Amino acid sequence: MSTFVSEFKTRATEKSGDLRHRQFIRTALRGYEAARDKRKGAFQSWEAARQAAAETKWEAVNHLDTHLEALVAKLEARGTKVHWASTGAQAREIIAKILREKNARCIIKSKAMTSEEIHLNDALEKEGFTVVESDLGEFIVQLRHETPYHIVFPSMHLTRGEIRDLFQKEIGDAPSDSPEDLTMVARRVMRQKYITADVGFTGANFAIAETGMISITENEGNSRLTSALPKTMITLIGIEKVLPRFADLALFLPMLATAGAGQPMTCYNTMYSGPRQPGECDGPEEWHVVLLDNRRTELLADAEQRDSLHCIRCGACLNVCPIFRNVGGHTYGTTYSGPVGAVITPHLRGLQDWKHLSNASSLCGACTEACPVKIDLHHHLLQNRRNASASEPAFFEKLAYQLFGIVANEPKFWSLAKKIGWLTQPLQRAVKGSALDPAKAWTKTRDLPPMPQETFKDWWRNRK
Amino acid sequence: MTVTLFIPCFVDALYPRAGISMVEILERVGHRVVCPEEIACCGQPPFNSGYHAEARTIATPVLEKLADAEAIVIGSGSCGAMVKKFYPELFAGTRHAELAKQVAARTWEFSDFLVSKLGVTDIGAKFPHKVTFHDGCHGLRELGIQKQPRALLANVRELELVEMPEVSCCGFGGTFAAKFPMISTAMGEVKCASAAETGAEYIVSSDSSCLMHIQGLLSRQGKPTKTISLAEVLNAR
Repeated sequence: MSTFVSEFKTRATEKSGDLRHRQFIRTALRGYEAARDKRKGAFQSWEAARQAAAETKWEAVNHLDTHLEALVAKLEARGTKVHWASTGAQAREIIAKILREKNARCIIKSKAMTSEEIHLNDALEKEGFTVVESDLGEFIVQLRHETPYHIVFPSMHLTRGEIRDLFQKEIGDAPSDSPEDLTMVARRVMRQKYITADVGFTGANFAIAETGMISITENEGNSRLTSALPKTMITLIGIEKVLPRFADLALFLPMLATAGAGQPMTCYNTMYSGPRQPGECDGPEEWHVVLLDNRRTELLADAEQRDSLHCIRCGACLNVCPIFRNVGGHTYGTTYSGPVGAVITPHLRGLQDWKHLSNASSLCGACTEACPVKIDLHHHLLQNRRNASASEPAFFEKLAYQLFGIVANEPKFWSLAKKIGWLTQPLQRAVKGSALDPAKAWTKTRDLPPMPQETFKDWWRNRK
Repeated sequence: MTVTLFIPCFVDALYPRAGISMVEILERVGHRVVCPEEIACCGQPPFNSGYHAEARTIATPVLEKLADAEAIVIGSGSCGAMVKKFYPELFAGTRHAELAKQVAARTWEFSDFLVSKLGVTDIGAKFPHKVTFHDGCHGLRELGIQKQPRALLANVRELELVEMPEVSCCGFGGTFAAKFPMISTAMGEVKCASAAETGAEYIVSSDSSCLMHIQGLLSRQGKPTKTISLAEVLNAR
């Protein structure tokens, strides 16, 4: 067993038995579900909107080459410096090089999952740069030296009291546990950083090929400050975030807000089209856009699962996933958790190391039902299982299914198996749940049903 | 009509009452029931684990036995989804590809068959209890079955149906329950808590496999709520 799977199992076992966590997340996500359902009602037809969004993303992803070229041409025409990064390491180096050239010391960041994906903060801190997260949730997890718990709500696993204690310890200021007070503490720290930071760093929600714009949506205004105050701005964006037309945002912005947070629109929606132009009074003097592949093109080559590049990182599939709700975000050990993480991580980081995430699913399909861009998530989990079993079958599992096939295909063997099951019931009960019990994975927490002496087929035969 | 009833392996071995009820109901509404004894399993366990060749070994004789059936009724949403939705995928590009599509098109989950195919919603049942209904995920999301069992329950005399506050998976998931027992158990506990909130005496479902998981937890934890298959409720007088 790989370390990834054993670590996953250990954390999952611990977390799924944590009743406080279970109740906390369930309550939080019930609130989300109520808000989301209300906002879905504001669409003339949520289902038609999903279909339209899926078709637009299909168009974008299946013509990614031409859309990217159009995007870059427009960006460069307005003076933006565009960099192509094939790998995370390349992206880190491009960003570090810009920082070195600018003699930067402090970088202020707004929320970007792509930066988590390439472990940017660690790399920059190792080079001696100070990195400050300005999204409140990210700021909190950074103080805790943790990764985000959730792709949209990074610190949703923490209570107000825990955040107050954290601020008291790390900042020395926490008047109460009210969200207003805690926000004001964070705001005071950050405002100073915006002024002293040499470089502002952002992610992006969408990139518009038609107009050469980057769209960022946020609720705190921190991304606007990140981009407005420092002289240099760097944006890191996955290549799959391209939308063909500006008008597509009319659908995608409300859809992202609804699916992601149950909001009609995110509070701040900004389009960036270039650095400060002649005659303009504000904005960064230099803007670097780093386009990140990091094995996305391999996913693009997989016709069966290509639609997973439709993902707009709304987190809707995490929110409805009974696995995520019970094991929590950190258990996955991945940048992208929940169903979409289970689907794409094997492509981004290796199938054999990460196939367990596809196995850790009841295939209930709640994710696919929730996905606003109609990614066939739970069927992709099945495909990952098929690909993993085909390339590296588990010897005993394969053998067990071969034996099961022999028993299932021969009525005499099947009858005999049922009879043995019935006869050995008293033995099984005697060792129930112990190390000797062959069914202990089940019986440790659950009873087995009593086996009847007369099976359905016995009844059917006798009846005839 | 001659109805070919496909009784899933766990219904055969563990829940014969559910299967017997299906036979009696189908006969009561005027159809001839046949039940091929050679069929034990649809092949879903190896298929869901990614072992397609092993799944085809089990599913091929099933397809051949069902080739001439007029209407195929499966006593489970999960196995129903396997035959109706996943057989065409499993056999794509093989010599059984066309047969798989034909069999899929003639296959129905039990409650869907009664309501959508036969137009029957009242079997004359009486079940004087407060119940809640658990939607098996495969029936619900692969086959889109949600209204059919409720239409049938609405006509059961003296039955009171109370819906659970959330539609959630019971945590069974086939081999998932054994591969990740603690996650599966946690999901089942959430389901049981959700059912308990309704105050129902019985959790009813079209899927005996979900009920096996739910009942396994309820029994172990000494909870009073009971589980019963939809067919048994519809066959109660």
